[in-house]
Amino acid sequence: MKDHIREKGNKRKGIRQDTVLLGATLIIMLILLSFFPEKQEAVTKALWKFFSEMILVLPAVMILMGLFSVFVPKEMVMKYLSKAAGIKAVFLGIIMGALPTGPLYVAFPLASALLKKGARISCIIAFLSAWACIKIPQEMVELQFLGPKFMATRLILTIIFVIMMGLSIERLIEWRDKNKRIL
Amino acid sequence: MTALFINSFTLICLLIALSRDRAKTKRALIIALKSFFNIFPTILLIIILIGLLLGFVPQSQISKIVGEQASFWGILVVAFLGAILHIPSLISFPLAAALLKSGATVTSVAVFITTLTMIGMVTLPLEVRELGKKMALLRNGISFLIAIIIGIIMGVIL
Repeated sequence: MKDHIREKGNKRKGIRQDTVLLGATLIIMLILLSFFPEKQEAVTKALWKFFSEMILVLPAVMILMGLFSVFVPKEMVMKYLSKAAGIKAVFLGIIMGALPTGPLYVAFPLASALLKKGARISCIIAFLSAWACIKIPQEMVELQFLGPKFMATRLILTIIFVIMMGLSIERLIEWRDKNKRIL
Repeated sequence: MTALFINSFTLICLLIALSRDRAKTKRALIIALKSFFNIFPTILLIIILIGLLLGFVPQSQISKIVGEQASFWGILVVAFLGAILHIPSLISFPLAAALLKSGATVTSVAVFITTLTMIGMVTLPLEVRELGKKMALLRNGISFLIAIIIGIIMGVIL
């Protein structure tokens, strides 16, 4: 509970900091532009282009994040991952990591609880990596700014390599633990 | 076009959510509204920076660091920057697009986004505490290598 309050306070402080920083950059920009009027056109053009591209998708992205945070609670992740077995577990790890929202530090305690419950290491690695870099709202922003080809290629490659990483870390840790027992 | 797809996808998700549980959907929308206002100053900030970047930094400079003229060291530097910086991934995409536009290669941009999202130096101590040194260091270390491999593959095929 206390953590929650502190987090809220930090958040408010963070927003205030962001706003101050925004104001400062705005002033710097205005000063720069008044000294270099010939740059005005290029800067305002870029500003407007990126702003309009962002504002077209930002509300939708925020709604997706809200929906995922309400409809995919932590309990659901726990339920699915604690008893997943076989190679299916790795894929489930990716899906369960991609769906919920929230910063990465929310995922660590979840992952550690799952490991204690006996979840596969590969599944947990896949889960954490997917949580970090395969979020559906995030992929939407990537799609908007970098295009379908870039987004899809990076997504597919990331999934392939995350699976490989999960399996190899699992092998490595289990192999070391086994050797330790023999010695 | 892409925006249309994203908005329709969201609309469909919203309608499904509404038909399943009205109260929960309402809660989701309130969360959405709040996070919109939370992130808005940061987004404006990065857009201004992008404007300044595109307006003031000559393309040849950007290209020298992260473009065709960049060496493997350039990629390593980008990967390292992505690993230590702690910027929300949501705003890293417009930044990446701006860099790409001004002469950065697909490889360096992909490496940057991937290390930025996958590796968290700031959250590493917490990861070590929750999951142990071995697992946390292995995950972050291998992710660093993976990011570079993904970037190189993307540079070749795109």
